[in-house]
Amino acid sequence: MDAITVEALSKRYGDTLAVDDISFAVAPGRTIGLLGGNGAGKTTTIAMLLGLLIPSSGRITVLGHDMATDRFAALARMNFSSPYVALPHRISVFENLMVYCHLYDVPDAKRRIAELASQLNLHDLLRRPVGDLSAGQKTRVALAKSLINRPDVLLLDEPTASLDPDTGDMVRSWLERYRAESGCAILLASHNMAEVERLCDEVLMLKQGRIVDRGSPADLLARYGRDTLEAVFLDIARNTGTQATGATA
Amino acid sequence: MRPALRRIWGMMYRHLSLYRRSWPRLLELAYWPTLQMCIWGFTASFFAGRMANAGTPGAGAVTLGMLLGAVLLWEVALRSQMGVAISFLEEIWSRNLGHVFVSPLRPWELVAALLAMSVIRMLAGVLPAVLLAWLLYAFNLFDLGAPLVVLAVNLMVMGWWVSLGIVSLILRHGAGAEALAWSVLFGITPFAAVFYPVSVLPPVLQPVALALPAAHVFEGMRAILAGSGFPWESLVAATGLNLLWLGAATLLFARQFRAARIRGALMSIGE
Repeated sequence: MDAITVEALSKRYGDTLAVDDISFAVAPGRTIGLLGGNGAGKTTTIAMLLGLLIPSSGRITVLGHDMATDRFAALARMNFSSPYVALPHRISVFENLMVYCHLYDVPDAKRRIAELASQLNLHDLLRRPVGDLSAGQKTRVALAKSLINRPDVLLLDEPTASLDPDTGDMVRSWLERYRAESGCAILLASHNMAEVERLCDEVLMLKQGRIVDRGSPADLLARYGRDTLEAVFLDIARNTGTQATGATA
Repeated sequence: MRPALRRIWGMMYRHLSLYRRSWPRLLELAYWPTLQMCIWGFTASFFAGRMANAGTPGAGAVTLGMLLGAVLLWEVALRSQMGVAISFLEEIWSRNLGHVFVSPLRPWELVAALLAMSVIRMLAGVLPAVLLAWLLYAFNLFDLGAPLVVLAVNLMVMGWWVSLGIVSLILRHGAGAEALAWSVLFGITPFAAVFYPVSVLPPVLQPVALALPAAHVFEGMRAILAGSGFPWESLVAATGLNLLWLGAATLLFARQFRAARIRGALMSIGE
């Protein structure tokens, strides 16, 4: 059974169609990348997957639970990280993580926080208010929060934004290891094309709310005759290249 | 601990952590109730003294008690309302709602946590003022006896449904509606018969007052302080009205929460 199933999903705001009839599935242990320019529908899609946003039409199933009728059963086994959604900045990193241990009913919370602090190198930050941290440190804390409940489904929006190359690489390695060990399904929205190439088994190219192309990073590179996903991205965004104008989902 | 209770505690822990780190926030909780107590206490003492000089010392003491009791009990409603609304605003100000609402926390659990925080905030704000009233003016609010609990609970519940209405407006209109958290209940004060009987109001405003639980609570308080016994009718009316208003506010909240999920406001509400 797929961890995430999205069928004919659409979201309309008045006259604007933000997401237009998209369908995809993510199997356990796989990582799917959502790529697209600003306003392509990535954030809207993620918000609908998380239950923050009610779709105009279509169906989302996460871990066998219909998100329209049974979202809390799925949310307990999911998690989310985005640099655009903050953690309370006046309380400490430890207190923040403890709050989410309670919300996700994590057993032996102190031990879990210690584990994550060790894995993400957060020990020296635990007693500091989140507001005092650098952007990169906040990103690591947000990642720790997203892993606090050992999720089976992880939605990541720009997970390595603001991280220096060394720390970014450490986080990507850690995500690869976590996915291999846990069988977690990951949906990743990122503008870091090298990250997408490294982490994703399949990439969905979004434009104006529609999936305009999809495939493994290697397939897309071959199909567009490009050396990098960034070049493929630009072909699709600008309607240039050999495949962009005729490609459909 | 059952998961629901643990999630409610998680949200309370988040707010209690905030207060643990910030003595100005703790001080602010007691600041206004204490200030109000002082202003009204000295004013009431002045008038009680004038009445005593005019040869009606008993009436002066009763008037003092009625004013001080009204100040303290109205603070119960005000602090309860602000306790819910400001705790919710804390989530908006910290741009944390996106994380909270993608956790398994149910909306009713969030509301339960906000109500629990409002009780803590109200007690932290009102109890120092109650102590001050006793020290400065020899007025002991607890002399109201057992009815005090019923009066205070009714005012607390009124603060809750008003704040649920405010939270609903914030969900609908965003953080731009946050000023309502400080102003709505103050705006209701003239119609709530806090410091004077409903009969003092112009006839056209009396139905407005009687639609508010607070008017019945304060009529009851004045009856007790005047030695007229336990005002069952007032308390039944206040409780009934509270249930009606609370039901309406809960429906409004549920409706606005769903509307916010349709509009996508839960992700952008603080922006």
